[in-house]
Amino acid sequence: MTAIKKIRHRQPLTDSNLLLIITISIFAAMYALSMIFFGGGFLNPQQFLNLFNENASLIILACALSVVMIQGGIDISVGGITALVSVCCAVYLEDRGGSVLGALGLALGIGLAFGLLQGLLISFLDIQPFIITLAGMFLARGISTMVEVNPRTVKHAGFSALREIEIRLPGIGYYAKNGNFINAKIELGVIVALLVLLALFVVLKWSRFGRSLYAIGGGSQNALMLGINIRRTRLYSYMICGMLSGIAGFVYLLHTGSGSVTQATGAEMKAIASSIIGGVLLTGGVGNIIGTLFGVISLGTINNVVVAMGLKGPWWQGITTGAMLCLFIVLQSIIISNRNGGSFKLALPGWFIPKKKTNESKPPQ
Amino acid sequence: MLKLKETARKNAQLLFPLVSLFAIVIINLIVEPNFFSLELRVNNVGNTVLSGNVISILDNGSELAILAIGMTLVTAASGGQDISVGAAIAIAGGVVLRVLCGNEASPDILHAPIIYAFLASCVVAMLFGAFNGVLVSIFKIQPMIATLILFTSGRSIGYWIGGGQIAKISEKQFGYFGGFIPGVPVPTPILIAVLCMIVIALVLKFTNLGLYTQAVGINEKSARLNGLNPVRIKLLAYIIIGFCVAVAAFIKVSRMSTINYSSVAQDIEMDVILAVAIGGNALGGGKFNMAGSIIGAYTIQALTVTLYAMPGVTSESIRFYKALVIIILVVISSPAVKSALEKLWAKLFPKKSPPVKEALV
Repeated sequence: MTAIKKIRHRQPLTDSNLLLIITISIFAAMYALSMIFFGGGFLNPQQFLNLFNENASLIILACALSVVMIQGGIDISVGGITALVSVCCAVYLEDRGGSVLGALGLALGIGLAFGLLQGLLISFLDIQPFIITLAGMFLARGISTMVEVNPRTVKHAGFSALREIEIRLPGIGYYAKNGNFINAKIELGVIVALLVLLALFVVLKWSRFGRSLYAIGGGSQNALMLGINIRRTRLYSYMICGMLSGIAGFVYLLHTGSGSVTQATGAEMKAIASSIIGGVLLTGGVGNIIGTLFGVISLGTINNVVVAMGLKGPWWQGITTGAMLCLFIVLQSIIISNRNGGSFKLALPGWFIPKKKTNESKPPQ
Repeated sequence: MLKLKETARKNAQLLFPLVSLFAIVIINLIVEPNFFSLELRVNNVGNTVLSGNVISILDNGSELAILAIGMTLVTAASGGQDISVGAAIAIAGGVVLRVLCGNEASPDILHAPIIYAFLASCVVAMLFGAFNGVLVSIFKIQPMIATLILFTSGRSIGYWIGGGQIAKISEKQFGYFGGFIPGVPVPTPILIAVLCMIVIALVLKFTNLGLYTQAVGINEKSARLNGLNPVRIKLLAYIIIGFCVAVAAFIKVSRMSTINYSSVAQDIEMDVILAVAIGGNALGGGKFNMAGSIIGAYTIQALTVTLYAMPGVTSESIRFYKALVIIILVVISSPAVKSALEKLWAKLFPKKSPPVKEALV
């Protein structure tokens, strides 16, 4: 009985899931094609895992942005907070003789403070999130220059020990030039990023808070009528975003081992781009955190492909990223317009639209 | 309802940018009593030129003011902002250098007349504006997302167009547009900005551009039912900002006689959006106030100059102070605080027997 019921009540694919499937399949196709045509590094599991190793903090930032974007807002201060956290932690560990736990607390505290301030201003004073978080970005970068102008390398013993933790995957690896089998490694930051991803996936999928975020993004008026506390939910989303940016800053410091003002420049735009490629609509209400992960590694793969193709000009990475973003954005727009039928249509010129004969031949009844 | 309230506040819209500009000027006057002093001096090329704080604010704020004109139209028509203006400046600047220098890094003779370079950069910038416009109007993508494409790739495209080299122009004539024309004591960028303002004022006065833009921004569907073509009007707004970008890029390149693709006009999009916001324009589109935006642009520039003049402010930490000022400005102008202030005002100075009821009957 239950099996039959399940089949009958099969629900249509939601926009979130459709965009997720598209993202994953395009990534898989891209990676498979580059394995076939370029071979070499793409066949090496380490290169695949390096996508995660190098982008661990970006994954966290993109997840943070997805949470805010699903709710219909935006936060462009994440890159600035990342830089501020990395600088502050570096100075705290080196000059103030701090401990690793203290540094972690500092990172979380800075992130939460920014998230709280921005969230309060945005949700309770109804100010445009773009403007406030822009100011937040300036604020974070400004403070980090006041803390320390020069790049600092962290030589703290405990922190260095933490940096050196890496997990060797059993059975997966590659042969070095001398014939030895080397197990592929992942860094500690990746574990953190994946934990964050898992936690957010659970929260967004099954918690009341997560569903409220989707409801607010889908239409804040409707959400209000459902009895959702919009202001508080918005505030929480910005606080989560700020806290995750703090964690991202700590992970960034773990990866690079140095704090500098110029770090994570443009990270906010990269994170937004990853979220969009992953299928989060900026209008809100649609998105999946797993897609965001694929968005980040798709961007990383594109850069690898550019290098493998032998395009040496420094401009090619920017151009290919832009082209890929363009492809995904246009694709999303077309898909959404097709699915929503009458309610959302592309404003294509008349000669461009293929004529539907079936509709015209039927007389209206 | 909100729209109605905004319309009622229309006259008060200019108040905010003007008050903030005055506040900045007054702070300057307190710190430095001879802030307004102008002097004629001879610069190193041998021209007699005007110099002073006010001139330097007006001079350096020209690009901002020109871009604010385009950004206001884009904001009003599409309810979103173009964040790609900085990257588009890199593209337009790359075109100018490519046309003038060809493949040489520092040519003795320019390869083409300067006007050709300007026209070419106009065409290219307007094409890129049209690209953004098509994405926004036809594909109905949010402006910030649509222009994110060019934002991420624009500087790279500029570098690519420029032939992968950073060319330098030594021709004296080329420097006139960002500096001084011999015999004219006022910096040329100010003249160009004033020219742009006059043109846009005439356009808004004698054509329906302003009305149509606002109609589309307030309600696209009803504008369509009234016989307007929202697609065409949005596209036009983005093409206009493309032209503004070309003019600003020309000034920028002429100022430095070269261009650094990765850092030219960095963060200018943020400044321009701020100028529009300070000018009292709703960032969600609809009614706009061009004069407010332009005053906002000069306010931002005055703020930057003022902050640099303060003790202890370096070029690195300026962002911190700027952010503080922005937050204060935005919080004061936010609807919640505004209505609270109005209530307070009404409590402190109650009106005597308002004849509202009779008027309603």
